[in-house]
Amino acid sequence: MATVSMTVNGQAVSGEVEGRTLLVQFLRENLNLTGTHVGCDTSQCGACVVHVNGDSMKSCTMLALQADGAEVTTIEGLAQGGEMHPMQQAFQDNHGLQCGFCTPGMVMSAIDLVAKNPNPDEATIREQLEGNICRCTGYHNIVKAVQQAAKATGG
Amino acid sequence: MVENGIGASLKRKEDNRFLTGKGNYTDDINRPGQTYAYIVRSPHAHATINSVDISAAKSAPGVVAVFVGQDLLDDAVGGLVCGASVTGKGGEVNKVPPRNVLTMDKARFVGDPIAVVIAETLAQAKDGAELVAIDYTELPSTVSTANSDADGAPQLHEECPNNVALDWELGDKAAVDAAFASAAKTAEVELVNNRMVTNAMEPRAAVGEYNSGTDDLTLYVTSQNPHVHRLVMSAFMNIAPEHKFRVVAPDVGGGFGSKIFTYNEEAICAWAAKRINRPVKWTSDRSEGFMSDAHGRDHVTKAEMAMDADGKFTGMRVTSKGNMGAYLQLFSVSIPTLFHGFLLAGQYTTPAIYLEMRCVMTNTAPVDAARGAGRPEATYLLERLVDVAAGEMGLDPAEIRRRNFIKADQMPYQTPVVQCYDSGDYHASLDMALKNADYDGFGARQAEAKGRGKLRGIGLSSYIEACGVAPSAAVGSLGVGVGLWESAQVRFNPTGGVTVFTGTHSHGQGHETAFAQLVTERLGVPVENVEVVHGDTDKGQFGMGTYGSRSLPVGGVAIANACDKIIAKGKKIAAHCLEAAEDDIEFGEGNFTVAGTDKVMNIAEVAFTAYVPHNYPEGVEPGLDEIAFFDPLNFSFPAGAHVCEVEVDPDTGTLEIVKYTAVDDFGTLVNPMIVAGQVHGGLAHGIGQALLENCVYDEDTGQLVSGSFQDYCMPRADNLPSFDVDYCPTVPIHNPLGVKGCGEAGAIAAPPAVINAIVNALGIKHLDMPATPEVVWRAAQAAS
Ligand code: FES
Ligand code: FES
Repeated sequence: MATVSMTVNGQAVSGEVEGRTLLVQFLRENLNLTGTHVGCDTSQCGACVVHVNGDSMKSCTMLALQADGAEVTTIEGLAQGGEMHPMQQAFQDNHGLQCGFCTPGMVMSAIDLVAKNPNPDEATIREQLEGNICRCTGYHNIVKAVQQAAKATGG
Repeated sequence: MVENGIGASLKRKEDNRFLTGKGNYTDDINRPGQTYAYIVRSPHAHATINSVDISAAKSAPGVVAVFVGQDLLDDAVGGLVCGASVTGKGGEVNKVPPRNVLTMDKARFVGDPIAVVIAETLAQAKDGAELVAIDYTELPSTVSTANSDADGAPQLHEECPNNVALDWELGDKAAVDAAFASAAKTAEVELVNNRMVTNAMEPRAAVGEYNSGTDDLTLYVTSQNPHVHRLVMSAFMNIAPEHKFRVVAPDVGGGFGSKIFTYNEEAICAWAAKRINRPVKWTSDRSEGFMSDAHGRDHVTKAEMAMDADGKFTGMRVTSKGNMGAYLQLFSVSIPTLFHGFLLAGQYTTPAIYLEMRCVMTNTAPVDAARGAGRPEATYLLERLVDVAAGEMGLDPAEIRRRNFIKADQMPYQTPVVQCYDSGDYHASLDMALKNADYDGFGARQAEAKGRGKLRGIGLSSYIEACGVAPSAAVGSLGVGVGLWESAQVRFNPTGGVTVFTGTHSHGQGHETAFAQLVTERLGVPVENVEVVHGDTDKGQFGMGTYGSRSLPVGGVAIANACDKIIAKGKKIAAHCLEAAEDDIEFGEGNFTVAGTDKVMNIAEVAFTAYVPHNYPEGVEPGLDEIAFFDPLNFSFPAGAHVCEVEVDPDTGTLEIVKYTAVDDFGTLVNPMIVAGQVHGGLAHGIGQALLENCVYDEDTGQLVSGSFQDYCMPRADNLPSFDVDYCPTVPIHNPLGVKGCGEAGAIAAPPAVINAIVNALGIKHLDMPATPEVVWRAAQAAS
């Protein structure tokens, strides 16, 4: 066991983990932040995406110890003062989610996408979301949501 | 007009929790003192189990218990059940080979569960599992749908000689033979309906918890139908009596059929929680899911059509085999038979149809209902065959369809394959789809693409499905072992809020919103004052769950009927309070009014009066809380016309869906936004099957080749277009709400539309799904 410390959603946290503990396990099991999901075991689905030092990251693909000292944001950390983040709001407005399981990872990826491509066209959005699998929505409304959020955040 | 009632694209009530990470999925649930289960599975497709040595595992660090099949038998826990008994040729009912929760004699597919290790942590359970020593004698295996019934094929079960679980036929063979004998032209196609892994994004999971003080058992589980889970585990598996057993299906991350069934691991968590008197949790890895979730489709088929000189269909013959996997799961043989055969008339007047379906056992995971379940297979073979027939006749695919459509004024229409359609206008939906797709302009687009070295193709799919599952007497007579009614409870709270309990289950379909809209429409209560509750056998009365696009057509009607009972009782209370005759009370938009007067009482006041009955009509019970059960009179028959246009690069085999146009008849839409979302998702599922998805077992070793998202290609955002979705509704005579169901349509309609478009682009007769770049490239090379 080793001690790991990081900042998660603005709060300093630390915990005891095994060397093999993944960041997603640390978030879900140690911190009870169960909004970040696990949908696969091959780093394909993106249900686990969080932000690590501002970049979207598959938290199943990183050891907790690798995130030592990092700034981590999860889906639970997006809404501010009871107001959803514009991306969250856009997903609701456009019915960009059904079962909600892929949603946290999808929203976290989409925020990073828009941050890096403030004015994405449909093809860019589709290509950039290639690492996030959704079985429910057929992506149509997710694409619309990302377009709305990009506009709303001044892209 | 009631605000936010039927027809409003209201934003979903459930979204807030999902968008803020506050969803409550089974794997999010942790109980005090919880242990973790890990399943030891067969690495072999087929092997005799000589011995299982658990001694080393038992003493591994953190291991609490290790169990094998005998331990469950010692506690009189029954095996997994098959709920279908379908009568085949010669009056023979399908065989049901027994299946222990943990297999003891033989392993019959890669992933067959043999032992469970339960430990303080998941890591310790996995480490312990490494120490379970199983001595196998490997046996030859068979995974082929086409050949597992061949002489000399390895045999899975004594009960199923030649690996045949059922030989089934449907229709008038003599009439079909006569039609072929006198046909002016015939058409024929041989095709494979590729095997799919359902892959809801949330892996299956279960947490069992036992209270020794009260002898109550609770199971949290990824289920589309918690009451059915409880029923199966009580009635057939003897895990706990229903009244001492609570099954909770909390937020569930997609189902698509795969979470209907009661699985080994779920039974283990429930049983073992009592056995070790501690909570037991199991969560599937995706790899385990690939191995152990029920798969879908997997037919090999020959289909033939007889026609007269005008291209009118006079007879259809289908010879098919369906792969059932290693064991018969809950619906199993009913899918390739009843749910498949009864749809073979499609939208056409074909007077004689004959189907022979052989259900074969193979060394693969069980195959059962998956989004569409039998209806995609029927639609695919039929809509492919119709295009081949058009080619034989030299007719435009739209024209041959029009010549054979059942006309709107022929409804209700009795098909030769059991189903009686109650509504639909197939000419109208096709016309609308062709217009929306600019079918007339296709030639110009094709010519323009050709100038760029690309091949454009356009494909149609005129589909029908039978859903709103299902009239109990009808399915009972066919061998399905349950009633498929639905129930609802509508409870006014004294302060005017309404709690609605439904026996259906939402795992993405948005029931919390759509059902609230239904109640708002019916009772005039603001939608924010209506809460829909599902997924907990301790809260809801009873229910059969969600599958077969049944939630609104069956469950919604139960809710509406419970609302009507509320209104009927409310009229008595209002009449008393307003000093009028009950017959003079009218109800609308939330108000009870004495007809022709301005005397009025709001339903919230009536509810309060019902709970504080100081001034109350004699003989009326206090309270305002009503239950209704609804058993549908018929299936519902959503239908429509889809048009897919593709552009193929013949040099690389890559293709783009340049336009996908859907026109569907779902009857009345309660929430059009949600309906469109259901269509989009179904289309992605169907396009995934057509272009990308394929579950492959190695023919020699029986190993699962496509066992992860790296090997099994799920549709990603960049594989799909945006969709053009429109509606062409007709009124179903059997459904009191005028609704038909929409959750499966896309998955049913899309595969033939896509393949017809590719075949059209390449100028060939047929190619099999999935049309990967390699498949398309080879076909393009062969054709050029
Ligand atoms: S859990 Fe699937 S990519 Fe991380
Ligand atoms: S909303 Fe269900 S997987 Fe995306």
